[in-house]
Amino acid sequence: MKKMYLTGATALTLILTGCGGGDKPDSKNSEAGKPAPVAAEQTEIRIVGSSTVYPFSTKVAQEYKNKTGQNVVVESTGSGGGHKLFCEGKGPSTPDITNSSRRQKKSEFDLCGEKGVSDIIEVKIGFDGIVLANALDATPLNLTSKQIFQAFAKQVPMSDSDCTLQDNPYKTWADIDTSLPATTIEAYGPPPTSGTRDAFVEIAMEGGAKQFACLADLRNADKNSFKDVSHTIREDGKWIDSGENDNAIVGTLVNTPSALGIFGFSFLDQNADQIKGANVDDIEPTFENIAAGDYAISRSLFFYIKKDHVATKQGIQDFALEFTSEESWGPGGYLEEIGLVSLPDAERASYRAAVENLTGYHQ
Amino acid sequence: MPENNSIHASEYALKRLNKRHMRERRFKMAGLGAIFVAVFALIWLMSSILGSGYKAFYTHSMTMDIELTESLLDPQKLREPDKLRKGNFRLIIQNSLYARFPDVTDRKARRELFDIVSSSGAPNLIRQMVYQNPDLVGQTLTIKVPTSDHVDQLLKGNIDRNVKEERRKVSDRQIAWVDELIASGEIKAGFNTCFFFCADSQDAELAGIMGAFIGSLMTLFITALIAIPIGIGAAIWLDEFAPRNKLVDFIEININNLAAVPSIIFGVLGLAIFINFFGMPRSAPIVGGLVLGLRALPTVIIATRATLMAVPQSIRDGALSVGASHIQAVFHHKLPQAGPGILTGSIIAMAQALGETAPLLMVGMVAYLTEIPDGVTDPATVLPVQIFIWAGNAERAWIEKTSAAIILLLLVLFLINGFAIWLRNKLEKRW
Repeated sequence: MKKMYLTGATALTLILTGCGGGDKPDSKNSEAGKPAPVAAEQTEIRIVGSSTVYPFSTKVAQEYKNKTGQNVVVESTGSGGGHKLFCEGKGPSTPDITNSSRRQKKSEFDLCGEKGVSDIIEVKIGFDGIVLANALDATPLNLTSKQIFQAFAKQVPMSDSDCTLQDNPYKTWADIDTSLPATTIEAYGPPPTSGTRDAFVEIAMEGGAKQFACLADLRNADKNSFKDVSHTIREDGKWIDSGENDNAIVGTLVNTPSALGIFGFSFLDQNADQIKGANVDDIEPTFENIAAGDYAISRSLFFYIKKDHVATKQGIQDFALEFTSEESWGPGGYLEEIGLVSLPDAERASYRAAVENLTGYHQ
Repeated sequence: MPENNSIHASEYALKRLNKRHMRERRFKMAGLGAIFVAVFALIWLMSSILGSGYKAFYTHSMTMDIELTESLLDPQKLREPDKLRKGNFRLIIQNSLYARFPDVTDRKARRELFDIVSSSGAPNLIRQMVYQNPDLVGQTLTIKVPTSDHVDQLLKGNIDRNVKEERRKVSDRQIAWVDELIASGEIKAGFNTCFFFCADSQDAELAGIMGAFIGSLMTLFITALIAIPIGIGAAIWLDEFAPRNKLVDFIEININNLAAVPSIIFGVLGLAIFINFFGMPRSAPIVGGLVLGLRALPTVIIATRATLMAVPQSIRDGALSVGASHIQAVFHHKLPQAGPGILTGSIIAMAQALGETAPLLMVGMVAYLTEIPDGVTDPATVLPVQIFIWAGNAERAWIEKTSAAIILLLLVLFLINGFAIWLRNKLEKRW
């Protein structure tokens, strides 16, 4: 059987290279036609992980490929899936780098250690804001994180002082606060598997829940029950799980003025002529506000390098150096063009140094 | 009392007749309605895809005079391709643009000016030219570079000029420059060859379908290699040589059930067996092909059995009666008669496999690749997965790219199915 696959593989390769050879020189952008440099053995760099970091990672992959000719394969598996694959062990069948839209968890770091992946280099690449957007001609929203919690939690306290939980009674925004419009609460948000959802519940929902004095007390007393309350999104159809990065949601928002969409800042940035972001705690979701850390719902993006692979596979460090070059992640760099919010200068310098010296990190 | 006292003409009978006719009319109307809804839905779907997709087949490019300044690219005059490739070609393009618009000196304005051309594609075009021919350094070239996707979208009318400036991706200044360049003929529309012949890219203006198309071909090749011979073999054995017992019945039932198993299950199976157990590479067409091969197997078996069963028993009996062995009767007489049916069945199974996405996500074929795959063990992706990836991108230009990729996929499927129908009509035998 195996022999048959191999014969098939060879035959196919021959056919393809045979056919493809003719038209390659005149297709201008095709890198495949250039003289292959016969340097040391080059295998592709394998990257897995977060779908939020994916566009940035692929953009760097493309630039790196243009400059060196080495192929980079980026797979979007989600942050959690990425860490799992990354920590499976060392060796050619495991990824070299994993992207993450949150910091690696202690449990994931420990799992890596158990499987012999103990030297990991952590690189923070920038920030991403999570926005609540609605159609451009709909009523602008000015929300507080407390109101966000009240709108989307499955159970909310009866009042500020009485912590008896009740099923979320709010049907319209005006039910929460009379200053808000009397339109139905309806949100298209990321599904539970998504890192964007994790960040949304951890930052916005938890932040809002803490504003209830009694829930803040609960947090100090019993962290787990507090998490249950603040992390559970309502299931009565007011929150609709949808793809996390989806052009279709933008279309839905335009057609349904009462609906809110919850997604990464880059989608708002690219579609600013159709949708607008709600202010959170009086701060508008703009590039500058996210970079300055004023906009509340923002998170850091990371990638992690397997140090053992740097020695055995050529190019991993060079790729990371390309990623952390000013031309790429600095202000005005090509990653900013596609919506990455840069780190402050000092942080960029320190992570750049970590890549140059291959400094591992510890939890 | 009516004169005609036949029971078929009684008042009661006529009423009933009327009722039956009514029922017939209602049924016909319902059928017609069903067809109407189906056709309407299809037309709606096709027109919305065609309407947004056709724009991806043309694109805008800008003719520029580009000076390949030696002092910037190769100050030591070494002309080493690998060093030249790392040079700052963004600066080269920027300088050419600044030379074209000498009045623009403000930093912000210059950044906007650079945004007219593809910020990744234009430098890379020159980069690869210089890499292949280092002697170009020092010369001034006149070449066409792709415009940025914003400018392309503006010119295609997908960005509304009447929207407030801060709400659109193209500033008033940029619109003025673009209009000037259009008037002078420097920016021109042309056929988008890159869409057909380039690999995927993170920049909408540079992205092409070729990588996914080749990936699909290779995956289908492996699928056909697995599913067709094994499927036909299994069907022949089950139909002709299998003993009639409980075990064979069990196998038959399971094959029928397997055809109805959700395809994602095959993906999980492929991940567990081919990647985790046999250690085959992730994202490779060989694994995708094997998984789709398993997926297509029951379809091929069922289609083959159906055509084998449709061959009249007399043909096989005739062969046996003149002394042919069982094998000869099957392979010389029965199989050739069933050939066209088996062929169509197999082609349709392949067409199904071409449209399959879910199992391929599990084996990592949802990867971003910077080059067109060269072999079945190279990382690759396939057409439907490419559509899935593109649909998730933020920039406006991806909407038309996604639709155009769908048009191509539909076209390929249409051709495959059309070929199967043509083959069936041409070769079909009636008894």
